[in-house]
Amino acid sequence: MKRRIKAVFGNMVVAQTDERVVKNAIGYCVRNDGIKLLCEIIRVRGDSVDLQIFEETRGLRVGDHVEFQEQMLSAVLGPGLLGQIYDGLQNPLPELAEQVGFFLQPGNYIHALDTERTWDWSPKVQAGAVVQAGDTLGSVPESIFEHHVMAPFGLEGQYTVQTVAEKGSYPVTKEIATLTDASGNSIAVTMEQSWPVKRPLCVAKRRLLPTKPMVTSVRIIDSMFPIVRGGTYCIPGPFGAGKTVLQQITSRHAQVDIVIITACGERAGEVVDTIREFPKLQDPRTGKSLMERTIIICNTSAMPVAARDASVYTGVTLAEYYRQMGLNVLLLADSTSRWAQAMREISGRLEEIPGEEAFPAYLESRIANFYERAAAIELRDGTVASVTIGGTVSPAGGNFDEPVTQATLKVVGAFHGLSRSRSDARRYPAIDPLDSWSKYVGIIDPQKVEKISQMLRRGDEIRQMMTVVGEEGTPIEDFTIMLKAEFFDSAYLQQNAFDEVDAATSIDRQRFVFDKILEVVEADFIFKDKDEARRTLKKISSMFINWNYAPWDTSVVPESEREDPPLDKSKVKEDSQTERGDFKEMLGQIDQYIQSLLDKANNSEKETEDELEQLAV
Amino acid sequence: MRTFYDEISQIAGNVVTVKAQGIGYDELAVITTDQGSSLAQVIRLEDDQVSLQIFGGTEGVSTGDKIRFLGHSFQVPFSDALLGRVFDGSGRPRDGRPEVKAQTVETGSPAVNPIKRRVPDKMIHTRIPMIDIFNTLVGSQKLPIFSVAGEPYNDVLARVGMQADAEVIILGGMGLRHDDYLTFRHRFDEAGVLGRTIMFIHTAADPVVECLLIPDLALAVGEQYALQGKNVLVLLSDMTAFSDALKEIAITMEQVPSNRGYPGDLYTQLARRYEKAVDFDGAGSMTVLACVTMPGDDVTHPVPDNTGYITEGQLYLRNGRIEPFGSLSRLKQLVNGDTRDDHRAIMNACIQLYAQCDESREKREMGFELSEWDDRLLQYGDLFEDEIMNLNLNIELFDALDKCWEILAGCFQPEEIGIRDAIIQKHWPGKSPKKEKEKSPEPVQV
Ligand SMILES: Nc1ncnc2c1ncn2[C@@H]1O[C@H](COP(=O)(O)OP(=O)(O)O)[C@@H](O)[C@H]1O
Ligand SMILES: [Mg+2]
Repeated sequence: MKRRIKAVFGNMVVAQTDERVVKNAIGYCVRNDGIKLLCEIIRVRGDSVDLQIFEETRGLRVGDHVEFQEQMLSAVLGPGLLGQIYDGLQNPLPELAEQVGFFLQPGNYIHALDTERTWDWSPKVQAGAVVQAGDTLGSVPESIFEHHVMAPFGLEGQYTVQTVAEKGSYPVTKEIATLTDASGNSIAVTMEQSWPVKRPLCVAKRRLLPTKPMVTSVRIIDSMFPIVRGGTYCIPGPFGAGKTVLQQITSRHAQVDIVIITACGERAGEVVDTIREFPKLQDPRTGKSLMERTIIICNTSAMPVAARDASVYTGVTLAEYYRQMGLNVLLLADSTSRWAQAMREISGRLEEIPGEEAFPAYLESRIANFYERAAAIELRDGTVASVTIGGTVSPAGGNFDEPVTQATLKVVGAFHGLSRSRSDARRYPAIDPLDSWSKYVGIIDPQKVEKISQMLRRGDEIRQMMTVVGEEGTPIEDFTIMLKAEFFDSAYLQQNAFDEVDAATSIDRQRFVFDKILEVVEADFIFKDKDEARRTLKKISSMFINWNYAPWDTSVVPESEREDPPLDKSKVKEDSQTERGDFKEMLGQIDQYIQSLLDKANNSEKETEDELEQLAV
Repeated sequence: MRTFYDEISQIAGNVVTVKAQGIGYDELAVITTDQGSSLAQVIRLEDDQVSLQIFGGTEGVSTGDKIRFLGHSFQVPFSDALLGRVFDGSGRPRDGRPEVKAQTVETGSPAVNPIKRRVPDKMIHTRIPMIDIFNTLVGSQKLPIFSVAGEPYNDVLARVGMQADAEVIILGGMGLRHDDYLTFRHRFDEAGVLGRTIMFIHTAADPVVECLLIPDLALAVGEQYALQGKNVLVLLSDMTAFSDALKEIAITMEQVPSNRGYPGDLYTQLARRYEKAVDFDGAGSMTVLACVTMPGDDVTHPVPDNTGYITEGQLYLRNGRIEPFGSLSRLKQLVNGDTRDDHRAIMNACIQLYAQCDESREKREMGFELSEWDDRLLQYGDLFEDEIMNLNLNIELFDALDKCWEILAGCFQPEEIGIRDAIIQKHWPGKSPKKEKEKSPEPVQV
């Protein structure tokens, strides 16, 4: 018997074959009712082939037939990806719902791109042109972008364009060019190509050091622990600390061209939120629906485990594809721990020697390879493009000292560690300002950031000291520093994700408010006692918090210094604004109050000087 | 095809291995022994060796016992005749009444296509302020109660369940003490819902493997009702017993444990059950409330830990109170924006202040001098515990919000509570104790 199942155990199948097989190629296990289940060859030993099945294995029998292909698990690339909602294997979920109904029945596969839809093709090369892998042959408009149709990424060496389709409206399957190599072999090119998801897709002149900030509109990130385009970051945190909410607001407000959301092994409900909300939300910079710049890959916790592993790779491959068009792409993965657990499950079934907490020994290298796929690159035509990767980590017991968090920390450029105590105290986003770090430079002058960081550390020391010596044993100068640190925390670091204004703070506003806060922090207030100090700083905090809810007024920043992209004014709702107060007016009140405190301080200083003088006399 | 197989080659833990051919993975079988018969399920196929997990346990199983395969995976009869009935983990009646003859449905259906889910938007009013204000429960939510032995978690579960206004209530009991089972029954009876309740009960005295099937049975039946357009509530207690049963089987199967003996797929196993909670687009919904007892009162234990990563929040029940820290409803923001404009502000402010009160209490314990601010925080903390956290309260959401304002105004000045002006203007109680004192001389001057 050829190619038949020998053993079934969970989502792993051992098959026997006497034919040639390719490791990591895909195949199908054929259930006796004819349903074909997609699988991947993950190990070959003699005539035994170990397969991981991307579906539930219920009903498979020993002796059932297996089919193998030569091709590895691949993503389909072409116009029409934007706005799609896929499962981990790139099946479009809305089409599946239409065909199969409420449940994801095993064995249903639908092509990732709509083959009927037509696109307005404009050729960019002429017959006779010499091209290489990744060179643009022509383009079609997709959403707000010009979607480049590129020479297949797998080409080696130079090819001559034999024919090019004329300008016109064609489906993705239309042959839009034929290319011939030096020895005269010709290949036909369509608008659609495929790429094995586990192999990085990067055709570039060179990799660049990423330096341009990737603005998220979350203050604590952009100002304190910034991310850059082409960089990597991770968000570890115990359950309920706010990892998903942080990624959700980032996916809405991040200043990039395209966002790819990979919901990997977490709650289905959270994806539903995004699926239902995004089409309704407007991207303030383009005026289009947010969905038009988004791709959702969704392999939630109740979906088959092996496809979880595929989902992160599918996500990053799509991101790389759009990077080849010169775009800046952000890939968000929630949660990479579920992906690691999928590796652990399959490794356990393969009876590999387990490492720490039963994770496989190759966990670290897999994580490193994944994050390495993020990069800022210079394309061959000189355009700079990037893929940024941000992954959440869900450490067991909320303890960062575990294999997935540790492996991730070794390779990322920024660490946004969420703390249980901050989320318990509803200090959102619960990024710990003392533990977190970033190797990148953001939108605020690093010297200013350093000043604030020092104050936060000092404030924390004083607070800890105070638990030993009490308030009475703390000098008022120290006490004031602690209060100022607390003020910065509540007025700037904390941000309400569910308020339409406070949820997103633009670059200009962050810079402006940060400077105002520095003024307060550096001011030499003089308080007569600790109660007065506390009352005063609470009052200042309260003024700043109110200010955060007021809509931004661009006119406070001179035009020459503005960096925010101009906003679409028409969508600002007027009625809700009045209740929130006027940004400039509140600024005036804050300035006035601070000035009054400083005047008082000067006077009392003078008074003491006078007193001293009198004493001297 | 042969009717039965009797070449048993191995009996270990709850698993029996028999020589057989043409058997499907996950298929169900019946093993007949001297003691009677038990259901069994295929958990591994290797050439002609079929490993089965015996629901009734393997005690007394002999190498010559007969195994008959049923040709399908685990199924449960589904019809309205289930209402008001009680079954065990194998789906057999345990109320002395006849078996239900009806069409069957397979348990463990595939995941729901996310496209077919709605965003939940119906608040469930429980009349418990710690839930309604701070951890709002929403229809189709999956929410566990984290607790320890001795706490009234089953009471809270039943109480919340009764308020949920569900058309069908399904109780899945795992490792229940017989008393607990009777208590649930009594509560359903009292509330007059017994006629629309279905119970699947595994008690501590029953075979371990049967415990594993309870959630699948309860959720499969619930799902069918939800598909019919009904709003279903499933109560599961105690999911730690379920997880321990999983652990037992995994160890028998010689799987490498990942954390304190639990299998690496604990997360997936739990998620496949909890994720059955759903609000179908175009049909009904299923809400899942569960109890999770925390061994050693340790929330980082793998069972509560994995659960917390799966469910849409959790309620901590400790010392007879729902703890404000750690308790969380992840769906609250879907509904609390439309209740009253001060709901969210109160929710955040009260907890932030309570957290600060905790610090003042620590100070007091250390014997430090307390500032005037500490004194007020302490006063606030006591009032908050007595008048809001108290589980004996049974009040409407708006009344509970008003009560919070009263407490805040009694202890603080408006600018001290971190709520923005517009909301304060509208809700700050007109005659707070402090302002009253300041204002009282006025009439005299007139
Ligand atoms: N930035 C935030 N602002 C307000 N509430 C938040 C914020 N982040 C998290 N939360 C609250 O915490 C809950 C859990 O957050 P979530 O991101 O789902 O946690 P995680 O993914 O870490 O388990 C949310 O449902 C929300 O109620
Ligand atoms: Mg999450």
